Amino acid sequence: MDLSVVILVEMLYAVASLILISSGLAVVFGMMKVINLAHGEFMMMGGYATITAVNLGINIFLAMLVIAPLVVGLIGLAVERLVIRHLYGRLVDTMLATWGLSLFFIGLATMIFGNTTTGISTPIPGFAIGNYQINGYNFFIIVVAILLLVAMLVILKNTRAGLIARGTMQRSDMAAALGYSPDRIYMATFFCGSALSGLAGAVLAPLVGLVPTSGGAYIAKAFITVIAGGPSLIAGLFSSAGFFGIVNQVFTFAISPVIGEVALLIAAVVLLRLLPQGITGKFFKGKL
Amino acid sequence: MQGSLSNDAIKIILITGFLIWVMPLMISTYTLTILIVYGMLGLSLGLIWGFGGILCFGQAAFFGLGAYTYAIAAINVGESTAPMILAVLVPAGFAALLGAMMFYGRLNDVYLGVITLVVTLILFKFINSTAGPQYVIGNARLGGFNGIPGFQTLNIPGSPEAYIWGDSYFYVCAVLLAVVFFLVSALLRSSFGRIAVGIRENETRMSLMGYDVRARKTALFAVGAAIAGLAGALFANWAEILTPSLFSLGQSAEIIIWCIVGGLGTRMGPVLGAAGLAYLKFLLGQQSAVDNTLITGLILVLFVLFLPKGVVPAVAGLWKVSFGRRPLGRTHHQRRPRNRERVSG
Amino acid sequence: MAETVLETHGLTMRFGGVVASNNVDFKLRARELRCLIGPNGAGKSTFFKCVAGLQTPTEGEIYMRGVETTRWMPHQVAASGVGIKTQTPNVMDSLSVFENIWLAARRFHDPKDANRKTQDIIERLALGSIAKDDLGRLAHGERQRVELGLVAVGDPWLVLLDEPAAGMSAEDVERMTRIIHEMNKTAAIIIVEHDMQFIRSIAKMVTVFHQGEVLMEDHVDRVMSDPTVRNVYLGKKN
Repeated sequence: MDLSVVILVEMLYAVASLILISSGLAVVFGMMKVINLAHGEFMMMGGYATITAVNLGINIFLAMLVIAPLVVGLIGLAVERLVIRHLYGRLVDTMLATWGLSLFFIGLATMIFGNTTTGISTPIPGFAIGNYQINGYNFFIIVVAILLLVAMLVILKNTRAGLIARGTMQRSDMAAALGYSPDRIYMATFFCGSALSGLAGAVLAPLVGLVPTSGGAYIAKAFITVIAGGPSLIAGLFSSAGFFGIVNQVFTFAISPVIGEVALLIAAVVLLRLLPQGITGKFFKGKL
Repeated sequence: MQGSLSNDAIKIILITGFLIWVMPLMISTYTLTILIVYGMLGLSLGLIWGFGGILCFGQAAFFGLGAYTYAIAAINVGESTAPMILAVLVPAGFAALLGAMMFYGRLNDVYLGVITLVVTLILFKFINSTAGPQYVIGNARLGGFNGIPGFQTLNIPGSPEAYIWGDSYFYVCAVLLAVVFFLVSALLRSSFGRIAVGIRENETRMSLMGYDVRARKTALFAVGAAIAGLAGALFANWAEILTPSLFSLGQSAEIIIWCIVGGLGTRMGPVLGAAGLAYLKFLLGQQSAVDNTLITGLILVLFVLFLPKGVVPAVAGLWKVSFGRRPLGRTHHQRRPRNRERVSG
Repeated sequence: MAETVLETHGLTMRFGGVVASNNVDFKLRARELRCLIGPNGAGKSTFFKCVAGLQTPTEGEIYMRGVETTRWMPHQVAASGVGIKTQTPNVMDSLSVFENIWLAARRFHDPKDANRKTQDIIERLALGSIAKDDLGRLAHGERQRVELGLVAVGDPWLVLLDEPAAGMSAEDVERMTRIIHEMNKTAAIIIVEHDMQFIRSIAKMVTVFHQGEVLMEDHVDRVMSDPTVRNVYLGKKN
C-alpha cells in the first residue's frame, strides 16, 4: 500500500517535471514552428537567476516564480530580436543558430559562475509515508505543473490574447491579414516561452546541482516530448509527458534509473516511427 | 563538377604531397594528426548532408562507435588490422539499420534530427553507465565514464609488434584522408552520387522518376557512417584512451559547425572547416580569457546569420566573379536567347 | 481494339468524413489520350494521385497492364514505365537542364545510353540553348517543358499529366501540345486540366468528375454540349 502511494507520487512527479521542462519549448514550437535548441540553457539560466537572487537575500519563492521567469524572458526577447527573427520559416537554420546560442550561453555561464556545481536546498521538508521517505518538494512541482496547464488553457481559451495566439498558430498569414502583426505576436510568444523555460529551470533548480552544462540534460527530453506531442499544444504536452513519464518511471522502478532514461528515449524513437505526426496528430484532433 | 576523375586524382596527390611536406614545418605532427582525423569526420557529414541532404545530428555516434569498436576488437584480437576493418563495418551496419528505420518511415528533416540526436544520447547514456565489471565484451571492459585505456594501437598488418606511431602515424592518416577524399570524389561522379544529389534537390521528383529514395538515402547514410567510423578508429589510435564524451551532443554539434563554416555542397569545405576550427580551438585552449564553448557557439550563430553557405563556396564565388572568365562568359551567352524569348512571348 | 492499360475498380478515397473520390471505375486503352475535367474538388486530382501512387486509396483496386498496383509507391509505378508530371513544376532547381533529364534517363539506361537519350530529348524539345542552365533560373514555361522532357526520356507507355498548361503562354502551350501528341504515338496519356481551350485543342475522349464520381465519359464535343456538364462545370465557372 505504502509503496504504491510512493510509486504513484513518483509517477505524477515524473509527468509533472516533463510538462514543466517542455512547456516553454512547446509554446515556441507550437506557435512559431521554431525549435529552440537553447531551451535547456534558458532553463539553466533560470536556475542561476534563482540561486543568485536567493544568495542576495530574496525569498526563494519570489526568486523562482517571478524573478527567474522575468530575467530569462528578457534574455529570450533579446535573442528573438537579434537572431531568431531573421530566420523565420527556415526551420533547420533556426535549429542550428539556437544550437550555437546554446553553446554560447554555456560558455557565458562558465565564465560568470565557473565550472563548479552550485545549488540551493529545497524549501519544503520531506515526510514519511509508512516506511518510505518522500520528498515534499515533489508535491510542489506537481502543483506548479497543474497550475501551469490550467493557466495556459484558460489564457488560450478565454482571453483575447489567447484567441489571437490560437489564430496565429493556425494561419499566421490570415492573422496578419486581419491586422495583427505577426512580428509582435512572435516577439510576445518568444518572451512567454522563454519565461516558461526560466520558470521550469528555477523550480527544478533546488532538486539538481547546477552546472553550466545542465541544460543538456533537459533539451533532449523537452525536444522529444514536444515533437511526440504533435500539433495540439496542451493536449499534446499532457499526453506525451504522461506517456514518457510513466515509461520512465516503470523502467526506473523495475530496473534502474539509467535504464529508465534509456527506455524513455527508445520509446520516443518507436513512437515517432509509428506516429510521425505525433500523438495529437492521430488522437485528440482539434483539441487545444 | 568540372574535369575528370583522373584530374581529381592528380590534384589530390599534388596537394596532399605538398601539405605533408609543408605543414609539419609549422605545426607538430601530433596536432596535425588529430586535425586530419577531424577533417575526415567533417567529410563524412559533408558527404551525407551537403550532397545527400541528410542532416544528421548524431554523426558523433558513428565516430564514437568506430572508436569503441576498434578499441574493443583490438583488446580481444591483439592486432590492429581486423579491428580497423570492423571499425568501418560496425558503424556502417548500425547506420544502415537506423537509416532504414527512419527513411522507410518517411520522416521529415525535423524528426530525422530528433531521432539521430536521441540515438546519440542513448549511446552516450548507455556507455556512460557501463563502469561496472559486468559490462565486458570478450576481454574488454567497457569502463563507463572511466573509458577504455590500454588497447593495441595501429601496427603493420600481420606483425603486432611493429607499431605505427608518431610521425609515421601522421603519414598514414594523411594518406588515408587523401584516399577517402578520392573515393568520395569518385562516388560523387558516379551515377550513385549524381542520383543522391538529385534526391537532395527534389525527393518527390526523383521518386516519380522511378528511384527508390528510401533505399538510396539509407545507403548514403551508411557510407557516411563508415567514413565516420574510420575516423573514429584513427582517433582511438591517436588518443590511446576512449571516453564516452566521443558520443556527446557537443561533439555532434562541432561536426555540424565544421560543415557550415567550411561550406556545404563542397568536398573541401567540411575538411577545411574541421581542421581550421579544431586548430582554432587548440589555440584558444591555450588562453583562458574567453571561454572556448562561447566562441564556438558565436561562430555558429554568426555563420548561420551572415554566411550560411560557408567559407569555401563564398571564396570560390568571389574568385569566379573577380578572376574567372568562364562563368561570366557563360551567363552572357545564356541570358541573351532567353531575353529574346520573353520579349516575343 | 487496343488492350486496356489502366483500369480501376471502385476506387474510393476518404479523408476523414470527406469522400474525395467515390467508387470510380475507369478504363484506359493503349495509346489513348484522355482528359479529366471537373470543377475544383471534383476528385480528379485525388484520382490522379492514387493512380500515380502518391496516395493509397481507401478502397478499390488499380490495375496497370493486368498487374495490381493499388498499394504501390510512386517509384514503383514510375519504374514500371509510367511518366508522371505533378501540378506544380517539380524539378531539381540547382541542377542543369542536362543533369535533370540525364537523371531521368539514367533510371532506365546505363550512363552512356543515358547521355545519348538526354541529347536526343534536348534536341527534340529545343532545349539546346539552355541545356547548361540551372533549372532555378529558367522561366516557368521552360521549366514545364523540361519536366515534360523528364517524362518523355523514360519512353513511358503511360503518361500522367496534372494541369500541364497552367500558367503558360500561348506559344508555350502550342509547343507542349506538339510534344504531347508525339508522346501519344507510343503512350497512353491522362491529362488533368482546367483550361477548356487547351482541352478542346487536344482531347478526343473526356471524363467528367463531379463530387468525387464520374459524371460522364464521352467525346469532347458531346461533353461540351451536354447540359448537365455545362451546369456543374461551365455554369459555375461563369
